[in-house]
Amino acid sequence: MEATVSVLIGLFFAVAIYLLMSRQLVRILLGIAILGNAVNLLIFTSGRLLREVPPIIPEALQVPGETIANPLPQALILTAIVISFSFLAFLLVLAFRAYQELGTDDTNEMRVAEPTGDVRPPQGY
Amino acid sequence: MSLIGSEATFIAVLAPFAAAIVAPTLTRLLAHNAAWPLALVPAAIFLFFAGLVPEVAGGVSFTPMVDWAPSYGVTFSFFVDGLSTLFALLISGIGTFIILYSGGYLKGHPQQGRFFSFMFLFMGAMLGLVLGNDLITLFIFWELTSITSFLLIGFDHLRAASRRAAIQALVVTGGGGLSLLAGFLVIMAVTGEANMSAVLASGDTLRDSGLYALILVLVLGGAFTKSAQFPFHFWLPNAMEAPTPVSAFLHSATMVKAGVYLLMRMHPVLGDTALWTTILPVFGGATLLVGTILAVRQTDLKLMLAYTTVASLGLLVMLTGTSWEKAIEGAALYLLAHSLFKGALFMVAGTIDHEAGTRDITRLGGLRKAMPITFAAACLAALSMSGLPPFVGFIAKEYLYTGIWGGAGANYALTATAVLGNALMLVIAAAVALKPFLGPKVETPKHAHEGPVLLYAGPVVLSLVGLASALLAHDTGVLVIGPVVSSILGVPSTVDVHLVPTHIGAALYLSLGTIALGVVLFLRLDALRAGTAGLLTAIGWGPDKGFDQVIAGIVSFSAWVTRTVQGGRMEVYMTMTFLITAAALLVPMTVAGTWPTSFAMPGFRFYEWGVLAIAAAGLVAVLIARTRLTAIVSLGIQGFAVALIFMLFGAPDLSFTQFMVETLSVVILALVMTRLNLQPRDHRPMMARLCHSAIALAIGVGFAGLLIQITSAPFDRRLSDFFEAYSRTIAHGRNIVNVILVDFRGFDTLGEISVVMITGLCVLALIRVRPKRSAEEALDLAAGDEAVRKREEARV
Amino acid sequence: MRTVIFRTIAPYLAALMVLFSVFVLLRGHNEPGGGFIGGLIAASALAIYGIACGVAAVRRAITLHPMSLSAAGLLMSALSGLVSLFTGQPFMTSQWWYVRLFGVEVPLSTPMIFDIGVYLVVVGSIGSIALALEERESD
Repeated sequence: MEATVSVLIGLFFAVAIYLLMSRQLVRILLGIAILGNAVNLLIFTSGRLLREVPPIIPEALQVPGETIANPLPQALILTAIVISFSFLAFLLVLAFRAYQELGTDDTNEMRVAEPTGDVRPPQGY
Repeated sequence: MSLIGSEATFIAVLAPFAAAIVAPTLTRLLAHNAAWPLALVPAAIFLFFAGLVPEVAGGVSFTPMVDWAPSYGVTFSFFVDGLSTLFALLISGIGTFIILYSGGYLKGHPQQGRFFSFMFLFMGAMLGLVLGNDLITLFIFWELTSITSFLLIGFDHLRAASRRAAIQALVVTGGGGLSLLAGFLVIMAVTGEANMSAVLASGDTLRDSGLYALILVLVLGGAFTKSAQFPFHFWLPNAMEAPTPVSAFLHSATMVKAGVYLLMRMHPVLGDTALWTTILPVFGGATLLVGTILAVRQTDLKLMLAYTTVASLGLLVMLTGTSWEKAIEGAALYLLAHSLFKGALFMVAGTIDHEAGTRDITRLGGLRKAMPITFAAACLAALSMSGLPPFVGFIAKEYLYTGIWGGAGANYALTATAVLGNALMLVIAAAVALKPFLGPKVETPKHAHEGPVLLYAGPVVLSLVGLASALLAHDTGVLVIGPVVSSILGVPSTVDVHLVPTHIGAALYLSLGTIALGVVLFLRLDALRAGTAGLLTAIGWGPDKGFDQVIAGIVSFSAWVTRTVQGGRMEVYMTMTFLITAAALLVPMTVAGTWPTSFAMPGFRFYEWGVLAIAAAGLVAVLIARTRLTAIVSLGIQGFAVALIFMLFGAPDLSFTQFMVETLSVVILALVMTRLNLQPRDHRPMMARLCHSAIALAIGVGFAGLLIQITSAPFDRRLSDFFEAYSRTIAHGRNIVNVILVDFRGFDTLGEISVVMITGLCVLALIRVRPKRSAEEALDLAAGDEAVRKREEARV
Repeated sequence: MRTVIFRTIAPYLAALMVLFSVFVLLRGHNEPGGGFIGGLIAASALAIYGIACGVAAVRRAITLHPMSLSAAGLLMSALSGLVSLFTGQPFMTSQWWYVRLFGVEVPLSTPMIFDIGVYLVVVGSIGSIALALEERESD
């Protein structure tokens, strides 16, 4: 069961990384959004998959009565989802503001802070 | 009266640091007169150590100790014996007069308080160095002297020459310090001891160790750089860029003697081997000759003295390197003599510079009437430096000649080196003490007159001490030299010092020969100077120039590395990062041969297949989307598919969260992307596309393979079991995921919500902050207001 | 987007969602739910209300700046961990009190206060981001 999902996760990574290597901000943003899902699924799957038994202890028991889904990766991922979302929002706004200021969404044209010409290091003391 | 084992030693070492803190304030209140109260600090330290002399002379060593970093076994401990007491006395005694001298020399300087502060920091570091017992403590103080000397040499930081000299001193001595640290670590590993006193008690352990050669080379790397041995001598003359009080203190009695101190300190355990008695005399002798020859060439008083310092350090290293008892006695005496006369002469040179406005020997003359006290002090110190009776310098020379001549082996070469070196030193001493004062009056940039008491107190007292310690030769021998020699040799020994030679022997003849040679050379000084200058011009290249080339090379190399690694292209960074990620994933699995071999077809239900297919379809759709709406919707599809996967595999919390997040993502993406253009086509060239696809596929395959490998291994459920067992029983919650978040791992969650909040603030800041001009206009503004005005007009 | 139907329904929808978010938040310790999910639901409510009726209306409705909510939440979460210091236990050790209110035993605890803090941080930050982006529409 994990093996098939693993292959899907591989696809998630491949798509995310292909998009990230683009020069267009929009594609990079899409790549980041997908990369977040890819990593979350990676953590989720490495904690093993189990169908339809949420990690909730029944009312009558003190400890889970049957085998339940692994709660630990779920706790890790829950915060990761929220944080990756807030970062996506941040990057989105950053990209948008950069687009507004520079009038381009091509990373190769966003090099206003890079030195131009042949830059010699400072010599002397 | 035994204060010695108590905390008093700590107070003595820490007092200069305290003085460094109050010095700026005090200087603001009292101006240059702050030197008087400040000088009380080193004076008190001097008196404290002077009080210890009788006990130390009685053969007692003390090691007070407090824990510093107990987990690493580092203690803050001090070792008081003959050698460290002599050094402590020199540092604090000469330091007292240096502080006074600084008061006069830098009178009215706006940064005088800072100068005092640096001086005291250095003094404290130096005291800690010579008293340090724990090897790590010693090393830290050793490096602290490098750092504080950097501050002092670069005190006049507005001049490039000062900055260069400061950096050079730091690089050379700091680099040597690293070598020393390595040496100490090996010593600690071999002996299993962290304290100098314990290492010294370890007998032949180090000498018999297979690592002896390594230890020796590493320790010498520290000592030779600090003590300016050839070919590391070049930093010391350059450090003359510092104000004269610094030169007088650092480069006569303290900083540069640290290396000699270390050699003498380690002599009982590292010395007296074939390697030791070869390396040290060779380097020491070479330094002696190079130093004196370079000194003759100079016309600047301070540089002449600086090169003779190099030479004297060479002489000390040479003597220590012979490991002969008599030579060691000579070294101990010469150590004392040199500190006194060199400190005095440096201060004299500074006073001449201060009062006459130049220290170029060819532009000075006839100052004896204007500056009688300084002249007297200069003569006394120069007589000691020349090795004439009745000064301690004379006694030192007697003993060192006795030592070298009386020893065995290469004593002819050593004797010849010593005689020539001493003769040239006599030349320099005479030149420094006589040329500026005798002869016809020469017009100097400033109208010369005697300096204030702050300026002449130091030279007078130090040169008189040089005289007194010779006249009281017996007491000097019993109280000071004997304990020092005991420390260096590692066995209790007494030294009987006489001012008048007990018998007419080789030493006396050698002394007379040295003086005769010196006088002859002095009379031909100008010719000698021209000759050495010609010789050095012919060579043309020295380690000083090499240092510049090395530094320039390092700067160019790092600039090249920066340009290469950080070209400023996002695409390249990304590609490199992912290329390495792919390698990190694929190479280990290939090398270790752990690629998954079997692939079990799972018994998925049809709707599960459906969800997986939707996710895959969403991904592919994002990839090939040509309009922003398609892209956003496709992104949403894969996101909701992920939420369904969470739902299917027993994670309702995740599923809900993912649903909400995907909804919000689609909303804000839609809000922003209406403004951003999604180019209809991926405008990468075909080659780049293929290349990027290959990298992306490699990483995809890598992660899939890794994950299959991980999940086919047995699962360690210990953590999950813990949470399942205690979620209800201890934390009173049935939703285990939530209990982990808010209770078991609450601190993590606190950090995570802080991150969420910070991103919120950043987004607000990004939206709110609006520059007044567009980037284009800002550039125009930089080019000149004219352009902007034209634009404005054009707009109107 | 601002159709009449949407604008009429949105306030009720938003109110229901906020109510539901509080429900999800409070039941989180025992059933699926919790501060993160609750916070996201409430933030979505603010976003929907903002899209339908304008950001100014949302700001009036919640009176406080969303980042103030967020800051208050973070403070609350951090302080809830300090309670245990009074009992001599390490930072963030959970404390439970069972209070009888109107004949019903209500369990109160520091993890619950902590979770409410999480809720407020998420509502405040995500809501603030969403509102700020919606505001961009109008200028």
